[in-house]
Amino acid sequence: MIASLATPHIDWFALSPALALLAAGAVSLLCAVFVPRGDRRVVTSVVCALGFAGAFVAAALLFAHSADGHGVIADVIQRDRLGALTTMIVAGSGILAVATSFAEPMSDDHIAEYYALLAWAGAGMAFLSTASTLMTLFLGLEWFSISLYILCAIDRELAGSLEAGLKYLIVGGFGSALLLFGSALVYGATGKLEFHEIAQVVQQQSLSHDALLVAGLAFMIAGLGFKASAAPFHMWTPDVYEGAPTPVTAFMSAATKAVALVLMLRVLTTAFPQEAHLWTIAVAVMAVASLAVGNLAALVQTSVKRMLAYSSISHAGFMLIAIASNNALGGRALLYYLIPYAAMSVGSFAVVAARERELNRPVTIQNLAGFGWERPLLGGGMAVFMLGFAGFPLTGGFVGKFYLFAAAYDRGWTWLVIVGVAATAVSLYYYLGVIRAMYFRPSEELQLAPVAGGSPPRELLLQTAVTGAIVVTVGSFFAVQPLIDAARQATEFLFL
Amino acid sequence: MTTALIFLPVAGALLVMVLPLRPFAVGATALLVALAEVALWIDTVARFDFSKPGLQLEQQQSWFSDLNVSYHVGFYGFSLWLVGLTSVVLAAAVGYAFWAGRERPRAYYSLMLLLTGALVGVFVAQDLLLFYVFWEAMLVPLYFLVGVWGGAGRLRATLLFVIYTMAGSLLMLAAIIALGLSQGTFDLVHSGTSSSDWIFLGFIAAFAVKAPLFPFHAWLPETYRESSPEVAAVLSGVVSKAAAYGFLRIAIAKFPGPVSDFRTPILVLAAVGLIYGSLLAFRAPDLRGVIAYSSLAQMGLITLGLFAVNGLGLTGAVLQMVNHGLISAALFLLAGGIERRAATGQLSALGGMARGRPALATVLMTTGVIALAVPGSAAFAGEFEILAGVFQTGWGYAVAGAVAIVLAAMYMLRLISAVLHKSPGPAVTEAALDLRPAELGIVVPLVAILLVLSAWPAAITERSFGAQNAVSSIRQALP
Repeated sequence: MIASLATPHIDWFALSPALALLAAGAVSLLCAVFVPRGDRRVVTSVVCALGFAGAFVAAALLFAHSADGHGVIADVIQRDRLGALTTMIVAGSGILAVATSFAEPMSDDHIAEYYALLAWAGAGMAFLSTASTLMTLFLGLEWFSISLYILCAIDRELAGSLEAGLKYLIVGGFGSALLLFGSALVYGATGKLEFHEIAQVVQQQSLSHDALLVAGLAFMIAGLGFKASAAPFHMWTPDVYEGAPTPVTAFMSAATKAVALVLMLRVLTTAFPQEAHLWTIAVAVMAVASLAVGNLAALVQTSVKRMLAYSSISHAGFMLIAIASNNALGGRALLYYLIPYAAMSVGSFAVVAARERELNRPVTIQNLAGFGWERPLLGGGMAVFMLGFAGFPLTGGFVGKFYLFAAAYDRGWTWLVIVGVAATAVSLYYYLGVIRAMYFRPSEELQLAPVAGGSPPRELLLQTAVTGAIVVTVGSFFAVQPLIDAARQATEFLFL
Repeated sequence: MTTALIFLPVAGALLVMVLPLRPFAVGATALLVALAEVALWIDTVARFDFSKPGLQLEQQQSWFSDLNVSYHVGFYGFSLWLVGLTSVVLAAAVGYAFWAGRERPRAYYSLMLLLTGALVGVFVAQDLLLFYVFWEAMLVPLYFLVGVWGGAGRLRATLLFVIYTMAGSLLMLAAIIALGLSQGTFDLVHSGTSSSDWIFLGFIAAFAVKAPLFPFHAWLPETYRESSPEVAAVLSGVVSKAAAYGFLRIAIAKFPGPVSDFRTPILVLAAVGLIYGSLLAFRAPDLRGVIAYSSLAQMGLITLGLFAVNGLGLTGAVLQMVNHGLISAALFLLAGGIERRAATGQLSALGGMARGRPALATVLMTTGVIALAVPGSAAFAGEFEILAGVFQTGWGYAVAGAVAIVLAAMYMLRLISAVLHKSPGPAVTEAALDLRPAELGIVVPLVAILLVLSAWPAAITERSFGAQNAVSSIRQALP
């Protein structure tokens, strides 16, 4: 007699964004076999883009139909607006990253695998953003991380790519191990995997000063800090961002950070509300460290990719301010800020990718000279992204910073506002430095592009991606109300 | 109406940027838009009811409701005059650039028009965050205008300019957040007053740097020297007034307690700046230096009037803001014209330009004489009211002001004689022509407005704060 195995009810709709991306990845991989080499790049990139677009639409539908968040599939994942909105940000970054990737000078040998892994990394992030137990948290994290390790190293002809992959693998593996170890300690202390059950047990048995639990919490924060590239867990970021193929960097800097920060918010507020007095301070310290390290190190960079890597560390710091605030305004601030941040991040790396392809060498502040006049759209886009990162108005970056600071002030941490303001002032130097390089140099210093001569390559897809990123960056400034409403609906349940 | 004043130049900027026009057509279009802005402002004046105090021509539209931030714009009497100053000076500046010719015209004129829109926005914004948005939006075009079209030392100048102003602005952002969240709204009209010294100082930091007030003026001489003349005209004529407007509309209106606490240090700094700027202007070796430091001095004088916090001081300060805006804009544009002819602004190399150049001599002389506040001039009326106002606070400030007026006469006369009289300097050749009709068309309207104001200063002084007491009219908060 066959014992009937109790299988949980599966909510396919809740999984649909991840499934769309998994399917896109599988089809891409099949293309590696069935599509002739010459057509492979076009076909697989279209498949991958369709996967991300499908995931975006599915996540948007999920957002519309998940007003009341609840656990599904035996409560291992959470179907709610927080996950849906995060997935939309990831999928949006994915679409832009695919457009950026299309003309990347990479041999056609592994192009199908490239797009398959990109889609799978997106799938892992979509899955992770809904995680509601320690198991699914780790599963999702490793799922997208492994895809990214390979993506960083996939272009074997690119100097530094292999090194970047290896470095990311080792340091990222260390981060994952910390997270796993922390999860084990938390499980050991409470006997529960699910986030809100952990909180319940801690409250019922008044475990909030339990050494095991607190140590577990600390390890988990560190593990997530690695993924969000927050100081002092940031040291892999500049090398990996610099070495990885630029489109991969673009995707990582936007999507990985979004998912890691949202997960940090979700875990800390749902599983550890009783420890808020501890982790708010820990997160605030990480925020200050990231702001200090990111901004000061970015000042002296000559490579634009490294500069942007440190800028992404400093932005991890800004967004950690929102998490440290531990209030409804902070939740809203984080989810709102991630939208223009993702656009600016992908957009700026896309511009770097375009310049790289023109010059055939790494982009430095020096060889950006005159770029703004030569390529009005890309240069103008880069200027918009830099102004957005620096928090100037008419970009969503301004409203995002305003909300973060407002959240910290609302929490009563004026000192954190002052630190943020000081960090912004320092960051002006290097963000405006890019603009200075692109526009202010006299024309004798212009490095006119292609080594081979002729007009610079026209990349319609990349230009479309940059235009899209500009539209989101500037549009999020004007459309604050709908975006902030979405962010509020996504996060209000965390702070009931 | 109010919105149209902001968005007409912005729309013009986008038009100029996008349309593939030839350079001449770009400049002509930009000039037309700038003149249309002046016409629109005149129409606004006609619609404004000066007998009523309080906000008029108001428009409000929610921007994001959870923190009560809205797009809220409207005019007070004094903001009307500052918007007028903006439109007139910017039109003159665009005209000057069109006449002188600028490289990369599409980018240049669209930035100038964007700057116009941002400046108008600063003067009409009635929401703190909106005010900050326009305040920062004004910096971005200026950064490009100085950085791309400036002189040889422009990289250093823009760096100084941006670091100074942003350090102040970011403190203001922190102050805005603190004020807005503690009041529950960011609306300037509907919020009450605050008694927090720290929030007050955050605002003062931004305005003191932008004005600039002594000792926050280190960015000023380099920025004014490295900019092209028309951008320097806008900087000293209009952008500095945005800071003075901030003192008036936010610092004085919203912080009665802190104003009385910090009044003495601010007045002392303003008086020191006034004397110090005048002395430096007297010593400056070049045209732009004289105008730049006189601008520092004049901003000190205006601040004296504002922080007298009485009717005379405030009305005098508003009149003087308009006067000085027009005077320094005219002087910078004239300096630009002189530098084009002599290829230098060094006073030692100039001289004797009056001979055979009657138009230049007349215009420069008229502007200079108004600037040194000869009795009967508009500047005299403004300075007299300011000194009378500040005298009620402390006679020492009035003495400092009086000394500075003597110094102003000295540096202006030195400038006039160094350029026009003396024996011709090495840089002045016979080939250097008199002002061309186009240049006259740009500068004469500015001087003409000054002459009108000299004859009728009450046009502004009696039409800035309604019939009511000036102080209570800016401090009244609507429920």
